[in-house]
Amino acid sequence: MSTLVIAEHDNNSLKASTLNTVAAAQALGGDIDILVAGANCDAAAAAAAAVPGIGKVLLADNAAYEHQLAENVSLLIAEAAANYDNILAPATVSCKNIMPRVAALLDVGQISDIIAVDSADTFQRPIYAGNVIATVQSADAKKVITVRTTAYDGVPAEGGSAAIEALDSVHDAGLSTFVGEEVAESDRPELTSADVVISGGRGMQNGENFKLLEGIADKLNAAIGASRAAVDAGFVPNDMQVGQTGKIVAPDLYIAVGISGAIQHLAGMKDSKVIVAINKDEDAPIFQVADYGLVADLFEALPELESKI
Amino acid sequence: MKVLVAVKRVVDYNVKVRAKPDGSDVDLNNVKMAINPFCEIAVEEAVRLKEAGTASEVIAVSIGDKSCQEQIRTALALGADRGIQVDVENGVEPLVVAKLLKGVIDKEQPQLVILGKQSIDGDNNQTGQMLGALANMPQGTFASEVVVDGDKVSVTREVDGGLQTVRLSLPAIVTTDLRLNEPRYASLPNIMKAKKKQLDVYSAEDLGVTVRRHVSQVKVAPPAERQEGIKVADVDELVDKLKNEAKVIS
Ligand SMILES: Cc1cc2nc3c(=O)[nH]c(=O)nc-3n(C[C@H](O)[C@H](O)[C@H](O)COP(=O)(O)OP(=O)(O)OC[C@H]3O[C@@H](n4cnc5c(N)ncnc54)[C@H](O)[C@@H]3O)c2cc1C
Ligand SMILES: Nc1ncnc2c1ncn2[C@@H]1O[C@H](COP(=O)(O)O)[C@@H](O)[C@H]1O
Repeated sequence: MSTLVIAEHDNNSLKASTLNTVAAAQALGGDIDILVAGANCDAAAAAAAAVPGIGKVLLADNAAYEHQLAENVSLLIAEAAANYDNILAPATVSCKNIMPRVAALLDVGQISDIIAVDSADTFQRPIYAGNVIATVQSADAKKVITVRTTAYDGVPAEGGSAAIEALDSVHDAGLSTFVGEEVAESDRPELTSADVVISGGRGMQNGENFKLLEGIADKLNAAIGASRAAVDAGFVPNDMQVGQTGKIVAPDLYIAVGISGAIQHLAGMKDSKVIVAINKDEDAPIFQVADYGLVADLFEALPELESKI
Repeated sequence: MKVLVAVKRVVDYNVKVRAKPDGSDVDLNNVKMAINPFCEIAVEEAVRLKEAGTASEVIAVSIGDKSCQEQIRTALALGADRGIQVDVENGVEPLVVAKLLKGVIDKEQPQLVILGKQSIDGDNNQTGQMLGALANMPQGTFASEVVVDGDKVSVTREVDGGLQTVRLSLPAIVTTDLRLNEPRYASLPNIMKAKKKQLDVYSAEDLGVTVRRHVSQVKVAPPAERQEGIKVADVDELVDKLKNEAKVIS
């Protein structure tokens, strides 16, 4: 059996999600190669080659792949897929955009968001906002799969020395162009791979008050997340949303502040190791999943917490 | 231009769905069904394009047994002009849904096809992208803003780290994210009017598609339970527990 892992990267370095996906590929067994598609992405390919246990790295370096436009990258992956039984990618926003297009080009189903490999054709995945775990079986010879990164500990990033093979074919579908992006720069750890996450909800009342979380995040080296309500209200940007339809996180410590605990929010954080909830309503559903619940006004509790850690 | 909107009938988002004790499937007995929230946002966007004079006609399509006509009527009450039901068993998987939608596209020739980004039952997040490949159309997924301009559409997308804008040639696919718009409520007169709007029914054969299974469900189970937690009296106790019991901070 052979598996091609689609690397998530920024042309310079690999994202941690790639290492989680390689771990899922190892659970499948067999030979594993990595595809790095991008522009001026030699450094990312070199990083992929350093991952232990990789056969080879396929490098597709072309302007057509610079912004990971799905129309172009899907054609490339579908072509590369000819030599593999499984195509695995992390269930990140970028790969969610690309992979179903690959599956359709190959005329196979996609299995989204797997959390366990039962056998070569049988997988587990959460459905209904994680309220149910489905075991699903694929009848396709070639399998296109996305991996819930929080379900797999990443493999080491260093120690390997795989060969890098350049792919020369260029796929530019000519259907789409990249116009621009607004990406917030942050010195904090990434939300999906941070060891500690502190999230604020509607109870924070406004964006300014998220400063109360920042002081604590600084001390704990935490990422900051949010509920949908906080994002919808414009307190914080969309990429901070944790939940069924936002980011899935599973840190060692998750602190939910002024978040009621709707099923859609729980879907994104209930696999965290330790959950703390701070809410003034003692009946808030978030307390049902919290290891440590503090019934308190967040405007009093947060400054005190910051001073005591 | 014509706009096609795909709407799916799903369990209402407030329902906490459980696995049946025998693990054969989820228990959907007597649960409230509704239009998938992302599809509602898709309908709203299409109707706004019509109100702005950009779209000439909005067609709502749903794929499933007769019960999904209820969700088509909901879309018609929100302002869609006519409906199409593709009559197949419920639970058809995304690739097949995409093939059936491609069949509808071939008949209707829309310039824009708007879908939700994700069904809240299967949590697949696949159909729009698959349709893009099958129809050889560009896609603007997870959209928070859609601006049609001549034979192009600019789509602002919710991505990791923030927002990205892409420009697509029409015809194109858009899938909606939560911040695209806030759907209206259907008024009673519009609900009444919707009952009289045209609703055509096609079979899979009419669209030249064979319904088959690529991925089948073997069983379902409840997720791992979390151990019950405790309430702490104050911040001091919380810090003590995190340091000395959970050992997650030092
Ligand atoms: C299709 C769909 C997808 C969705 N996806 C997501 C998702 O991915 N992520 C997500 O989070 N939600 C999602 N939601 C929304 C979800 O259903 C809830 O509406 C949302 O999570 C509520 O956010 P909240 O807990 O911040 O707000 P609320 O439910 O309003 O809760 C605010 C909480 O703050 C507490 N509070 C207020 N003031 C204070 C104070 N001074 N001190 C302490 N506590 C205080 C209140 O007691 C309350 O419990 C989705 C919904 C739909 C329909
Ligand atoms: N049975 C269906 N009928 C109509 N539209 C559907 C159906 N299934 C999926 N869709 C569309 O595809 C979107 C994404 O669904 P999914 O890929 O299942 O997460 C939905 O929001 C709908 O717009």
